[in-house]
Amino acid sequence: MPSIILKTATRLMVGLILTFSVYLLLRGHNAPGGGFAAALVAGTGFALFAIAEGPAVVRKAIRITPQKIAMCGLGLALGSGLVAPLAGRQFLTGIWWIWENRQTSELAIGTPLFFDIGVFFAVLGMILTLILALEEN
Amino acid sequence: MVADNDKPSIIGWISSIIPFGLLCALLYLLPQITAGHVIRVQLNWIPSLGIALSIAIDGLSLLFALIICCVGFFVTIYAADYLPRKAATGKFYIYLQGFLLAMLGLVMADNILAMFVFWELTTIISYLLIGFECELETARQNARQALLVTGAGGLALLIGFLLLGNITGTYDLSQISLQSAAIKSDPLYYAVLPLVLIGAFTKSAQMPFHFWLPNAMTAPTPISAFLHSATLVKAGIYLLARLHPILGGTPVWMGTLVVTGGITALIGSVLAMKASDLKRILAFTTIMALGILTMFLGGKTTPALTAAMTFLMVHSLYKSSLFLVVGIIDHQTGTRMIEHIGGLLKSMPLTALAAAMAALSMAGFPLFFGFIGKEIMYKGALTEELFPGFATTAALLANALMTAVACLIIIKPFLGALRKTPLIPREAPWTMWLGPVFMGGLGLIFGIVPDWIGHWLIEPAVRAFHPSMEDIELKLFYGINEPFLLSIATLSLGTILYLFKQPLRRTIDYVLQQIPIRFEHIYTGGLEGIAKIAKIQNGVLQNGSLHRYLSIIIGSVILGVGLPFVFGFIPPDFGQNPYPSLSGWLLGGIIIVAVAVVVRTKTRLLAICSLGVVGAGIAMLFAMYGAPDVALTQLLVETLTVIIVSLVLLRLPRLKARPPRMPAGKIWNGILGVAMGALITALILAVNQIDLERSLTDFFEANSYSAAHGRNIVNVILVDFRSLDTLGEITVVALAGLACYALIQKRKVE
Repeated sequence: MPSIILKTATRLMVGLILTFSVYLLLRGHNAPGGGFAAALVAGTGFALFAIAEGPAVVRKAIRITPQKIAMCGLGLALGSGLVAPLAGRQFLTGIWWIWENRQTSELAIGTPLFFDIGVFFAVLGMILTLILALEEN
Repeated sequence: MVADNDKPSIIGWISSIIPFGLLCALLYLLPQITAGHVIRVQLNWIPSLGIALSIAIDGLSLLFALIICCVGFFVTIYAADYLPRKAATGKFYIYLQGFLLAMLGLVMADNILAMFVFWELTTIISYLLIGFECELETARQNARQALLVTGAGGLALLIGFLLLGNITGTYDLSQISLQSAAIKSDPLYYAVLPLVLIGAFTKSAQMPFHFWLPNAMTAPTPISAFLHSATLVKAGIYLLARLHPILGGTPVWMGTLVVTGGITALIGSVLAMKASDLKRILAFTTIMALGILTMFLGGKTTPALTAAMTFLMVHSLYKSSLFLVVGIIDHQTGTRMIEHIGGLLKSMPLTALAAAMAALSMAGFPLFFGFIGKEIMYKGALTEELFPGFATTAALLANALMTAVACLIIIKPFLGALRKTPLIPREAPWTMWLGPVFMGGLGLIFGIVPDWIGHWLIEPAVRAFHPSMEDIELKLFYGINEPFLLSIATLSLGTILYLFKQPLRRTIDYVLQQIPIRFEHIYTGGLEGIAKIAKIQNGVLQNGSLHRYLSIIIGSVILGVGLPFVFGFIPPDFGQNPYPSLSGWLLGGIIIVAVAVVVRTKTRLLAICSLGVVGAGIAMLFAMYGAPDVALTQLLVETLTVIIVSLVLLRLPRLKARPPRMPAGKIWNGILGVAMGALITALILAVNQIDLERSLTDFFEANSYSAAHGRNIVNVILVDFRSLDTLGEITVVALAGLACYALIQKRKVE
């Protein structure tokens, strides 16, 4: 039976951990992080949540089955690679949209970002599949 | 339940649009192709390898394509009523039309690699169709047999094609055929030829690979009519005809084809006399027909090749209609054993009509197309360059036996007294008799106006692979000459054989029992041998013990990496500053203590956590030496591993409760662990000594920000430069997750 301390701390921590994982995911292109690391962080957060509250609560919170998350991630990664052929380039070539702002900074959003998000969901889906199935066992 | 009963027919009707539409299109192209045009379409497929999806339709392709579409159409509407209502008809029609398209691709491909792809497609779909009634053990076994035999032939064919491409430098058939003289004088010709022939012989059920065809009769009868008489088994014949100008005409080609074909024809017709299941009888006569076709493709004279193409048409028409007739008998009476049926003429007149027309064509009766086929056959056999005597004798014997079998098929089921059958016989629905009556009728019409069919179909087909100026003419009556006399002899001999069929069958049975070797036994023996080897290998390598697996993996790494390293030993380089800082010493100390705990502890939780500490310590080392991304990932992986492993292992009993491990095992583990650690250490120290290839690193450094808009090179490599690798990796990750999930769920159920 998990302790009250663990439960209460988990409530606070899970939100922070998940926020941190999104932060890692988005900064990955320019600083340590990226989809894989972010998915591991998020997976750890969910694991903590599952240990404290039980896997049923986690399943309810994520709403869709982890296998679907993994497949959606795979689909997103594949889809981001298919943008390039539509633009007449080789499969998986990065296609970028760049907003220049006051000549000093730029915001570059490209298909590799969505590819990374796909990696994130594929790995996260796999971790959730394993952890929840093992917890329920 | 009216709607339910109508459903299968509707699917059948809708999908019959495919063969019907294609048939109309081909007939539309017919005048152009007869005039000698070749219709070409080219699509680039893998241009870097010279593989194009090029289509060329000439007379030969057209003849095959017309047969495929015509039989395909009648089989499609036939199957709508033949299949039991519960059968998965949707699946059936997908396979059927898929096969039809693959077969068309095969006979129209102008690139040998594209042709090979279609060739394999037909093999695979035929596997699915033979095993269509997959709840039957025999259906599965026979499907596997057909797949293995024809699949092995397909591999040989692939090697042959690749060698052919090596000799000529191109995979385009039209280009290759320009270099036939060079190919025939190349020493590799004697490697190409047997490989290609094995491919053709397995597909077209030539001796000694003929055994799979009768077994493939477990397929639903429409499929046997389509695949195993008119199309699939003719793929090998098509290949032989197509490659005739490229590889043919040499003594080796002629000798192999004539002898193999002749023996196959004799084996097929003898076995047909002996069988009593109507479908098996037809299967053996198909083997005979394929043997005859092979034998004539061995020749290089115009009459021999004309005989092959004519008999190809004759056979496709009568054999598919006979198969459909047998299907009707089976469907309407509940049996297809020849001893159990008789007197069906009254109740099934139209089926009997179709059977009569087809069987008379098969027997080679005058006025039927089969008669024309036989005349040309004898003309061809007499003009064979190599072994004309053997060819004529084989053709005569096989044809006489064929006549006897034709009598058997028409007299036994339809004439005589009505026998008691599982179902009360009545005429089949029109969708079922239409095909056999139509195709049987074509056999009669073509027999009456042979010059017409000769001009429009046979001549263009022969010209496509045998450019000669000789006249190709089909006539109703050539006058009283050698072939005509041989035809008469065939019919009389066939009648005699039929009259003495009981003693003949007994003799065949007796003789067959004296032959000690069965090719099928070699096949099953080989299969069992493979299973035995696999079992032994599994017992040694994959006994289910994780400990064994890890030992094998780690041991192989040590041997595979360590041995070359020992032979080319590079002395360690400790660098400028061999002594680490205080934090480095501390970290090292922590790691060593954690390792000691892992080895000595008696509780699993402590062992897992200590292992986590080791990993975390190494992550810290990465961070200290400037690899933050690796450090981050390593730390996270360690954390998750600890969580997941503890979820699993905490359910196991305490370590002490296990029986004490053999000390030998413990020593072995220690040796493996220390050796692995030493190897990695030595490798890392040696890396400094080697000039690393930096061109890739330089490229990544130069382009990471300018081209890929990222400052974190590791991530840019993962999601941009090498994203295809990553895509593969996450696919593996997702699939591994699914597999683990399946394993866990399986345990839950148990």
